[in-house]
Amino acid sequence: MSRLRLEGVTRRFGGLVAVDNVSFDVPAEGVTAVIGPNGAGKTTLFSLISGFLPPSAGKITFDGQDITGHAPQSIAARGLVRTFQLVKLFEDLSVLDNVKVGCHLHGKAGLFSALLRPASARREEAQVEARARDLLAFTGLAALADEPASALPYGRQRMLELARAMAAGPKLILLDEPAAGLNAEESAALSRIIRRIADDGTTVLLIEHDMTLVMNTADRVVVVDFGRKIAQGTPAQVRADPAVIAAYLGAPEPSDTESPSAQETAHG
Amino acid sequence: MTISPSITSPERRPLRLVGLLPWLFAGVVIGYAMLVGGYAATVVSFALIYAVFVTGLNLFMGFAAQVSFGQNAFAAIGGYVSAVLTATYGWGPLPAMVLGMSAAVAAAAVIGFPALRLKGHYLAMGTLAIGLIAYEITVEWQSVTQGYMGISGIPPFGIAGYEITSDRGQLVMLSLIVAACAFAAARIRRSRFGRALSAVAGSEEAALALGIDVSRYKLMAFLLSAGFAALAGSLFVHVVGFVSPEVFGLHMVIVTFTMLYVGGIGTVAGPLIGALIVSLLPETFRAFKDYQDLAYGAALILLLIYAPRGLASLFAPRGRS
Repeated sequence: MSRLRLEGVTRRFGGLVAVDNVSFDVPAEGVTAVIGPNGAGKTTLFSLISGFLPPSAGKITFDGQDITGHAPQSIAARGLVRTFQLVKLFEDLSVLDNVKVGCHLHGKAGLFSALLRPASARREEAQVEARARDLLAFTGLAALADEPASALPYGRQRMLELARAMAAGPKLILLDEPAAGLNAEESAALSRIIRRIADDGTTVLLIEHDMTLVMNTADRVVVVDFGRKIAQGTPAQVRADPAVIAAYLGAPEPSDTESPSAQETAHG
Repeated sequence: MTISPSITSPERRPLRLVGLLPWLFAGVVIGYAMLVGGYAATVVSFALIYAVFVTGLNLFMGFAAQVSFGQNAFAAIGGYVSAVLTATYGWGPLPAMVLGMSAAVAAAAVIGFPALRLKGHYLAMGTLAIGLIAYEITVEWQSVTQGYMGISGIPPFGIAGYEITSDRGQLVMLSLIVAACAFAAARIRRSRFGRALSAVAGSEEAALALGIDVSRYKLMAFLLSAGFAALAGSLFVHVVGFVSPEVFGLHMVIVTFTMLYVGGIGTVAGPLIGALIVSLLPETFRAFKDYQDLAYGAALILLLIYAPRGLASLFAPRGRS
């Protein structure tokens, strides 16, 4: 059974169709990548899947259940967790506390256990601490646990966002350009970590511009352009697809007429 | 994703001792007031009541990074419920206080549910209106509040027939209450609940993406804040023995905001330090006579230039939650 299924998903902003009748399946195993030129509607697509935007039409099914138009926090609670293209850390919190926030869905402690701190809350807190430290070790941030998140260099911030999202224990993780701004070395490390996440049983769906990362990491690729799906297949199949080559190289189809406003909307 | 058995965090470092300095300062000021008594005790008592209010304000504005110019409305509810029930109907102070706090929290729920859909400046304007409406009600509802005349003859606070009437007794009671409030804030800070508030403060979108119900946590912080405000309002009327609309007017909003920012928004010790400093500063400039306000204003400006994140943040190690 597929982990995620999109059927005719469409999103309009006024006259602009940012995502146009897109359908595809994301199998539970491995890494699926969504690629496409700037402004193709990839980020909008992620916002639709994660509930940050309601689709204008179409249906999104997660683990067999309809999640179309659900609120982002309830979609996250079902096990579908996203990261952001522009890193959104809790800058005033320490690196460790950022990951602890990620564990929110795994706790139950409310206001009264905060005040009274019963044994159950202390146990829960110890588990959260252990889980957070494991994830910091996994992403190579263990030594930076007590630093403020805002003090991390950019590449580490991206890793922290990944660790924080994994702390939520997702069944499906959506990564929005995780390698953006990373150098080759960081990108390679990220690629290994993403592979590990997928091998450990979490479905990975990512948007990426870094073709090396996509070709090395992804099991399947979905290509979108002008909001429409234009190809789908293994990295090798997609690379050889004439429609994909046309979209990326601009010939013979007129993809160079893409308007700047379309890019902004789709990425905003 | 089990990688390795994890090690628990290294225990508190000596650095943390610096964090005790604000508390030491507060202890010295309160101790001094207790020794001297009289006017100093009155000034510090008011400061402690403000500290309760500002601790609540800090939960909403510091921890969750929202804004409310209307928390004085909830202090007014707490204060007037206490005043009317004890002075007019002869209730005991404790049940009156509990009812006042419950009424304030209930009012906050009714108001907060729609109002918290607003953000930023709009939330500020909306909450300002709440405070102004509460003020008008206390002025106009004369059959209950006696309008501008106010309600006098409110008994001092006491439990089971034992009344706390002396300056020193009140200082002890208020110090214990402030300590309990600060303790609650510190525990909230380092809990799942407090982390969720920090997440709302840091990035609402990221919080939602991690499954945090942002609206619910904002509302909870608002209700808590209202509860603290009502407690402060109730304490005030029992300590002074009198209440009138002016007590919970716009002046209170300005003073408490100053306390929050001077003390250190988002810190645990900040509300108490801010309340003490802002209450004591004008007194220390009494010798300046006509220029007292000028000196006070200049001192505030200097404080905000040299400690822009508040006095308490000078003692907090960076990167700590």
